[in-house]
Amino acid sequence: MGTDTAARPIKLACRNVWKVYGRRPGYYFDSRGYVIDPDALAERLRAEAHLPAVVDASFEVATGEIFVIMGLSGSGKSTLVRCLSRLVEPSAGEILLDGRNLLAASGKELIELRRHAMGMVFQNFGLLPHLNVLGNVAFPLKIQGKPAKEREARAREMIALVGLEGREASFPHQLSGGQQQRVGIARSLAVGPELWFLDEPFSALDPLIRKQMQDEFLRLQRMLKKTIIFITHDIAEAFRLADRLAIMRAGKIVQIGRPADIVLNPADEYVAQFTDDMPLLRVITAGDIATPANGAALPEQSVAADTSLEALIPQLASGVGAFTVPGAGGSPPALLSASAVLAVLEREQARRTRE
Amino acid sequence: MTAPVALAPSPQRFAIAPALFPWCVLAVLAVLCLLLKAELPWLVNFPKEWTLPLATYINAVTDAVVAVIQPGFRALSALLDAPMRGTRLALAWLPWPAVMLAVVALALKSSGERLAIFALATLAYILLAGYWPQSMNTLALVLLAVPISTVLGFLLGVLGYARPRWRPVLLGALDLMQTVPAFAYLIPLLLLFGFGPVVGLIASAIYATPPMVRNTMLGLDRVPAAISEAGLMSGCTRRQQFWQVEVPTALPQLLVGFNQTTMAALSMVIVAAIIGGFEDIGWEVLSSMRKAEFGQSILSGLVIALLAILIDRLTIGFAKAPETGPTRAMRWMTSRRLAMTLAVALALAVVIRLAAPDATLLPETGLRMQMGAVNQWLLGLVRDYAWFFNGLRNSVLYCLLLPMRVGISGSATPAMWGFVLPPSALAAYVVLVLALAVLVVRRSGWRAAVAVVAAGLVLYTGFLDLPWPIFILAVALLAAQVGGPRLGLFAVAGFGLILVNGLWPQLVQSLYLCTLAVLLCLLVGGALGTWAAHSDRVSRILKPICDALQTMPQFVFLIPALMFFKVGEFTALIAIMLYAIVPPIRYVEHGLRHVRADVVEAVEQMGATPMQTLLQAKLPLALPVVMLGLNQTIMAALSMLAIAALVGTRDLGQAVYVALGKADAGMGLIAGLSIAFLAILADRLIQAAVARSAVASH
Repeated sequence: MGTDTAARPIKLACRNVWKVYGRRPGYYFDSRGYVIDPDALAERLRAEAHLPAVVDASFEVATGEIFVIMGLSGSGKSTLVRCLSRLVEPSAGEILLDGRNLLAASGKELIELRRHAMGMVFQNFGLLPHLNVLGNVAFPLKIQGKPAKEREARAREMIALVGLEGREASFPHQLSGGQQQRVGIARSLAVGPELWFLDEPFSALDPLIRKQMQDEFLRLQRMLKKTIIFITHDIAEAFRLADRLAIMRAGKIVQIGRPADIVLNPADEYVAQFTDDMPLLRVITAGDIATPANGAALPEQSVAADTSLEALIPQLASGVGAFTVPGAGGSPPALLSASAVLAVLEREQARRTRE
Repeated sequence: MTAPVALAPSPQRFAIAPALFPWCVLAVLAVLCLLLKAELPWLVNFPKEWTLPLATYINAVTDAVVAVIQPGFRALSALLDAPMRGTRLALAWLPWPAVMLAVVALALKSSGERLAIFALATLAYILLAGYWPQSMNTLALVLLAVPISTVLGFLLGVLGYARPRWRPVLLGALDLMQTVPAFAYLIPLLLLFGFGPVVGLIASAIYATPPMVRNTMLGLDRVPAAISEAGLMSGCTRRQQFWQVEVPTALPQLLVGFNQTTMAALSMVIVAAIIGGFEDIGWEVLSSMRKAEFGQSILSGLVIALLAILIDRLTIGFAKAPETGPTRAMRWMTSRRLAMTLAVALALAVVIRLAAPDATLLPETGLRMQMGAVNQWLLGLVRDYAWFFNGLRNSVLYCLLLPMRVGISGSATPAMWGFVLPPSALAAYVVLVLALAVLVVRRSGWRAAVAVVAAGLVLYTGFLDLPWPIFILAVALLAAQVGGPRLGLFAVAGFGLILVNGLWPQLVQSLYLCTLAVLLCLLVGGALGTWAAHSDRVSRILKPICDALQTMPQFVFLIPALMFFKVGEFTALIAIMLYAIVPPIRYVEHGLRHVRADVVEAVEQMGATPMQTLLQAKLPLALPVVMLGLNQTIMAALSMLAIAALVGTRDLGQAVYVALGKADAGMGLIAGLSIAFLAILADRLIQAAVARSAVASH
């Protein structure tokens, strides 16, 4: 499981990151030599009038992966993503970008990193009200001191990428929410960053526009193959977009895994409740439950590994008994039997009746 | 309130809230004071022997300091004199057609054709009325004061934004700068800089700086987090972040600050004419008022009013785009066309000056030269209708002003009301007040009842005969209970300072004048605001009137009041009310119009009559906004107090004004600080009350 992501190099690693608000957070992390028990420390912090916004967060994101951090409001997900870009200074822990410790970077180095290596999209767009679309998209390049012609050409390219041609001269207040966020996306991509942070980018949009923007986002990612940290509180969005996702609660990451792992094996009651409404057949893909063929004869019918089980139902109904799932990147093909799909269906049925 | 403390066996009936207890003690003390008044006169009149000659000390220190640093300031004065002369000469050199062209073009760019027409009419009026040179002189001072204030205010605002630790100090200084009447700091300025228009310039710059500081801090504080984070994530350095992200985002607010600064500078330049007496428009108003040339004072007052409105609309037009989008005329007047028009205006000026180097090009005799007949007619009008104006004045004086000042006990004499109240009437009065208090306790709780008893006491003795220990203790107690012990101490310290400086009588005069003005403003303005909230037509009519009243320099309000009612306290009351009536109208209307619609709908759905909806839902919900309006009203009344001293009052404002005449820096400063103290105390009290009610309602 997860063979394809594990094979790729790690772009960003986050190790035991804490963010504590309060009078003197530093005091609690001056503890070289013995191991911190995260839960006990978080409890002690709360008892002593400190707010642990991020508790001992650890994860790794592979190059080209969409890593979604999901949680309800106040769970610390926005603070965590700001720690990753050092908009918020973590209280403790380590953040490695391409193996280099980001927290050791000087102010100057950090500015260089932000100018070239990172892009970020904000929930409330963060567009500069005095600049038009072209000016906003070209802004990061202007900051770098790029010549006007070059940055304009690049900005036009980005504007075309997000489908806003013709609106270059409009000002932010003349655009709809969806259009404003397209500008925000174009701006964050203008410098060609490898690491792309999106902090609830579609939460301020209408549901219909949100769906459209998610499709747009997936289309862009297929083209650009960025390494993405995507923050959301919308579980449907998280499952739709994520390669892997982390679920946060009260500052702590309670589970990390691929969508199918999380619905099939929730770490605790909280995650189970959280994911209760996600239809298994839509979340689980052929690749998730296919078993190695081990030399057995492969059926004629073949489906891609990322096909959802739901899409297989018509074929199953027409009498197909098993599928071949071609392996990615030279790994051997796998076998998916109708009974495996039916087992998932049965499980879904059991969830429904339990309610 | 938390659980009441039981003082009697039956806690249900005799429970006394702990906060009420000190008030009971105070009431007993008050009665004692009233009974002992005859034996112990110091309870009412603070004895002269007890005062401290603080003003003399301050003067001694000031004299010593001034003697040392004066040369430096005189040099600065000489330094500022050059650009001032330059600006005045330049404006005098510009022929009026060129000025008119330039201003109309700016108006067109700022707010479109309507403002352009207004600008044209205003300038034509100034020209025809014969006040062109004076207006240009006033403008010269404003043109110099505004850049100084704007730059200084911006720098201080940035300091307050970037160094939050310094902010309390800065805010305190701003409060003082805005509440100490300008007359008070004119004195040290006069000592330092010497007599002349430069003092006016510096006073204007000081007075006009605070709005820019406040708006700079507000604008920078309000830059949305997403925008500043977007700037940081674009890799901005600190400098780029400030100039390319934060300042442009805050720009609309900065322009609002610029507008307020300009208006403050204009207002102050005109007031500064009192000491300046160089040929500007403020001096024209003042001298014509002193000569009782009402025709001229109306003409010149109108110049100030029109000029103020023009400058206000011009600067605000650049700060805020109209809600309906720019008009065609605004779009037509591009920056390029504006620059070209300004260049044409300059060329025109050069051509005219080349052709006629010395001609003033002004109409030979302005309208103001032909005002003799009008003056006679106005004087006649006032004389003919004296029965009305005097009647109005006397009835208000005897029915409202005097009872407030000396109380019912003082007014009920043969000399004043023509009769003496028998003891039975006094007893009836006491019973009435107590009965009212009991009624109020049942309906609205003990706090309202304490207010009723206090009002009854004040009405009986009058402000003037109120025993000062009781007054100070009552205010301090109120301050401590509403805003905490520090505010209580602040009140005691402030009143103590006033007391030991022998300014108690003036304080009392100020208090009763302001209290009356504020009450009347709340009554009249509140009614108008309520009406406007329920009728769009009334709102449409009131809006431009309020705009105009608020834009005008305070000075202007003296003209009509003085014309109809002559010198005296009633005139001051009218002038104060004219200036202070706008906030209650505005805030009441705003508060009522923005009450949450769902609550009003719910109340109406229950079958409430419009009056019930207003009194039981809308007004209580709008109360925080109305309280802000009350705050603004008090501030306006106190700031007008100093100006109103010109028409003859006996209050703190007059003390400042007299000190100005005698160049008594110490007394001026202390009296000025006393007014500032009253303003700051009132402000903190109301803010604390609003904060408390906000906490209570959550």
